[in-house]
Amino acid sequence: MYKINTNEPFWWGLFMGGAGMIGMFLPVLILVFGLAIPGGAVPPASYDTVRLIHLLGQPASVGNLLVKVFLFGVFSLTFFHWAHRFRYLLFDLGLHGGRTAVEYLCYSAALAATIYTAVTLFVIA
Amino acid sequence: MTESTIKLAVTRYRPGQDREPTVQTYTVPYHDDWVVLDALQYVKDNIDGTLSFRWSCHMGVCGSCGMMVDGTPKLTCAAFLRESYPREVRVEPLANFPVVRDLIVDIDDFMHKLSEVKPYIIREDLDSLPLGLGHELRQTPAELEDFKQFGMCINCMLCYSACPVYAMEPKFLGPAAIALAHRYNMDSRDQGRNQRMPVIGSSEGIWECTFVGECSVVCPKHVDPAAAIQRTKLATTNDWFKSMLMPWGNR
Ligand code: SF4
Ligand code: FES
Repeated sequence: MYKINTNEPFWWGLFMGGAGMIGMFLPVLILVFGLAIPGGAVPPASYDTVRLIHLLGQPASVGNLLVKVFLFGVFSLTFFHWAHRFRYLLFDLGLHGGRTAVEYLCYSAALAATIYTAVTLFVIA
Repeated sequence: MTESTIKLAVTRYRPGQDREPTVQTYTVPYHDDWVVLDALQYVKDNIDGTLSFRWSCHMGVCGSCGMMVDGTPKLTCAAFLRESYPREVRVEPLANFPVVRDLIVDIDDFMHKLSEVKPYIIREDLDSLPLGLGHELRQTPAELEDFKQFGMCINCMLCYSACPVYAMEPKFLGPAAIALAHRYNMDSRDQGRNQRMPVIGSSEGIWECTFVGECSVVCPKHVDPAAAIQRTKLATTNDWFKSMLMPWGNR
């Protein structure tokens, strides 16, 4: 095996994971929550917010836990996808001096959002 | 009958004489089967013998005639005047490289990067390999297909000229060097991958690339360096996670 001088594969791995999540699930979420429900194509009983939260809030069921893990994966990877994108966008815009600071800032923001998601899903809900 | 003509706006820079590059306009005969290189040659032969530019094969093989034609990096032996006619043609030295004189750029940086990625077959067992007829290192057509496209590169550097990342970060290894490293990494006869990966997988290698894709657009040989970079990113990431999760596993 060989050694490289950077952790970049880690961030790029998360970035690509996020790309997969966004590509696969975001269109569906937008379709359901952005178009179908507001457009009245879904019967109100099946998406009642209180009921949805209640579903999530039953850790006893393995099914619910899986839903949470799935949502956690979608959201956290999406955050890291954003962080990586935004980091390179800033470079492209010419913010070249503070590369390390930009990196810390972007990935810390994604980490914070990820922790918030975890707390919401696994502790509060 | 008067011959039709076309104007050529050429960037000139004569070290020791010009403080900065200047534009000089020449009027040359227009033929619809002439390429920009023909027009430059006409200037050199008939108008101004001091105009300097590189070329060799006049057939898109040697890779030495790359220049900016109307702002786009092109092989001047493949860029027809008729693409601009009747407008004037703007000819400048390849962007992102220091100019030596007129249309000639300094290619040292690229040459150095090229040699760093060891673009040749590496065998650990070269000395003990039997040579001669019947001892060829054979390859199936499918194995050839794996790398053939990336081996078509003629080192014309148009991709470096088109790359906005290289423009901002001159340390970036760049499209062609990575594409060629990938070409040898994918060659079933090669054993040098572990020597190349630390170079192309470094922070100045593939990770600088933000997948703009201009390299693949301008490449006259359809090498698709952008794809080579993406594939190398994927391979490096796989290797990295593997070595993190299974530090004991050595391949
Ligand atoms: S990859 Fe294409 S554009 Fe780049 S140097 Fe090779 S042939 Fe030229
Ligand atoms: S002169 Fe050889 S590629 Fe144009």
